[in-house]
Amino acid sequence: MAEIRVIGNEVRTTAPAPTRHLISIEDLDREIIERLLATARNFARSLEREMKKLPTLRGRTVINLFYESSTRTASSFELAAKRLSADVMTMRASGSSVDKGESLKDTARTLTAYQPDVIVIRHVQIGAPQLIAETTSAHVVNAGDGKHQHPTQALLDLYTMQEALGRLTGLQVAIVGDVLHSRVARSLVQALNLVDAHAVCIGPPALIPRGFEQIGCEVSSDIAQIETADVVYVLRMQQERMAAGENFVPSLREYSARWGITPGRLQPGQFVMHPGPIMRGVEIDARVADSPESLIETQVRSGLVVRMAVLYDLLTQGPVSLARSVNMNEVA
Amino acid sequence: MILHCKTGSLGSLTIHGARVLDPGAGVDAVLDVKIEKGVITELGQPAGKKGGGKGIVAEGLVLAPAFVDPHVHLRTPGREDEETIASGSAAAAAGGYCAILAMPNTSPTVDNAAVLGALIERAQEEATVPTGFMAAISRGLAGEELAEMGELADAGAAAFTDDGKPLSSAGLMRRALQYAGSTGRQLALHCEEPALSRHGQMHEGAVSAELGLAGYPSVAESVAVGRDLALAAYEEQPVHLMHISVRESIELLRRALVDGVQASAEATPHHLCLTDEAVRSLDSNLKMNPPLRSEQDRLALIEALKDGTISCIATDHAPHARQEKDVPFEVAPFGVTGLETAFAALYTHLVEPGLLPLETLLERMSAGPARVFGLPLPRIAVGEPANLVLLDLESSWMVREERFRSLSANSWLLGQVLRGEVVLTVAAGRSVFGSERVIA
Repeated sequence: MAEIRVIGNEVRTTAPAPTRHLISIEDLDREIIERLLATARNFARSLEREMKKLPTLRGRTVINLFYESSTRTASSFELAAKRLSADVMTMRASGSSVDKGESLKDTARTLTAYQPDVIVIRHVQIGAPQLIAETTSAHVVNAGDGKHQHPTQALLDLYTMQEALGRLTGLQVAIVGDVLHSRVARSLVQALNLVDAHAVCIGPPALIPRGFEQIGCEVSSDIAQIETADVVYVLRMQQERMAAGENFVPSLREYSARWGITPGRLQPGQFVMHPGPIMRGVEIDARVADSPESLIETQVRSGLVVRMAVLYDLLTQGPVSLARSVNMNEVA
Repeated sequence: MILHCKTGSLGSLTIHGARVLDPGAGVDAVLDVKIEKGVITELGQPAGKKGGGKGIVAEGLVLAPAFVDPHVHLRTPGREDEETIASGSAAAAAGGYCAILAMPNTSPTVDNAAVLGALIERAQEEATVPTGFMAAISRGLAGEELAEMGELADAGAAAFTDDGKPLSSAGLMRRALQYAGSTGRQLALHCEEPALSRHGQMHEGAVSAELGLAGYPSVAESVAVGRDLALAAYEEQPVHLMHISVRESIELLRRALVDGVQASAEATPHHLCLTDEAVRSLDSNLKMNPPLRSEQDRLALIEALKDGTISCIATDHAPHARQEKDVPFEVAPFGVTGLETAFAALYTHLVEPGLLPLETLLERMSAGPARVFGLPLPRIAVGEPANLVLLDLESSWMVREERFRSLSANSWLLGQVLRGEVVLTVAAGRSVFGSERVIA
């Protein structure tokens, strides 16, 4: 496990690294996850100081490319890059050449001409980050691609759990709700597996994908199964990804009655998490969301330091055996 | 006349010393094959090439009946940037084919005699390999009203299909069966229940669950196969099931065949060689409809191909422009090319590992589909028109874009090294393809 050497007020970077990407949790192993969480903890400490900005990534360029709406992820990636003194540019699909029909690959080529060090991409389509990674010489970070992966969310969730419960190994996590449409659930189950925690996914049968247990979790439609969980992780009902007439559940009212997380369904001491945005009264009762057991705001804070750690790690760590290396171009 | 190609002088040549392998004719021997004016005139003991006359020394090579592909998209009219009759038939020639059947899901659709007539004229001008055209079952492939199948049959439709789209109405399917009987042409069916496949991007299973791609369940195919076989049994009419991909469909077909239903089926090289595991790469050249299925499904397809339940190999050659496939998997169109790689892919992935005998592969790529669609049977016998493919089973070659005669390169095999190479193709008595190695 590599350490960040804090010298004076400066975190020194090591030699330039070959291109690594964070596209899926599968790009990581336990060792890298522990290193990232430790780095995030160091950054959290540095943020307690009055002077919050670190010079670590001065001169580096981070481009945030957001093709899908986002509050938490976009703002935390932007702030993370700024806290590390990188030059950051956030582009949204609307108002750019994407509106004029430019293809994803052509946009990637155009932005690569500015020689960015990192491209952070959120896209509604699965596989968009891979396509960017094939096209650019920058490190690519997936900030959510359709229903596929959202690896930095899973990392910040692990960080939040570790800070709140003091451990990850052996944790019982119940993931409740619309698993089918959730990139968060996919990334989180894989990440929990890597740290030897246990996941059970609970929700309406049509919203648990067939074969999901094969990625390493239990599945159930019985909400009573949250009883033994240390953490109840609530997912949003993603109505924007549900075509009309799909009938995944008869109604939101019935969903809420059968799977909504209410104070009565929780055990004392159970923590509650949610990737946001939350829909109070649908998947989560407002009293639960605002309770002391709710870690929802902590997750947002974790997002900043974990994303700082990801940017730092990609730009400073040498090649890591399990990490994806699409090409070996050195970072400028 | 169902098949059309440009006219040219009929060839005369002798192929010396190849292993002649025609499973249908029961021939497997080293012979000299003499062709005069496009007709096989002599099968003789190898005498070696003598001076004079056109001849090819083919020792160590296999000479087989040329292939027949009952399922090709030539994209003409409408998308001539992706494929034309000239380029598609040249690709077929390079793949060892002597006959291909094109699908009617073009723009405009081949659902009337005028469009069909224009295509036939074009084929007579530019098709390298004899080409037939299927016509639509329903007007505009809309699945609502029958196309004028009688007139289309008279105008030369090879068969009828709404390929690319299922006939979602069981009522229209029944009417199509009743009416097709009067035309004497096959109905070729794309079996998919759209209410179940919905927005499916890949096979529904553990891999789709992990990738988050919308699942296209196996039951979306088998439900449609079950319906169509039941209707075919009831109406006592033949049906051909296109690109079958799941084992439940095969079980239904097997039972129907035992019950005397006149049903046939085809499988594609990609469904025979790949599974949904391959989709993990998110390479859009692994996206097709029906999608790549599970290993159990693949093994069931191979078994059915072996025992004859599936009698045809069809490529479902589906060219797409580069910019259309060069997008995230989810928005890429369905379909891959296959004409130029079918034999080598299947030889490499099925015959060499011992999963399928060479003889069976040759039969299912040639006589099998010819029989189903009533096309001339390619045969290596004296008096038969020369429809021959000369194969080098020892040769290894890399699938590269520059090699393709097809105008499109959306092949799942790009960069792969395959064994088994087409050296020469003779279609309807004309030499239509010769690799650089042919000494003629």
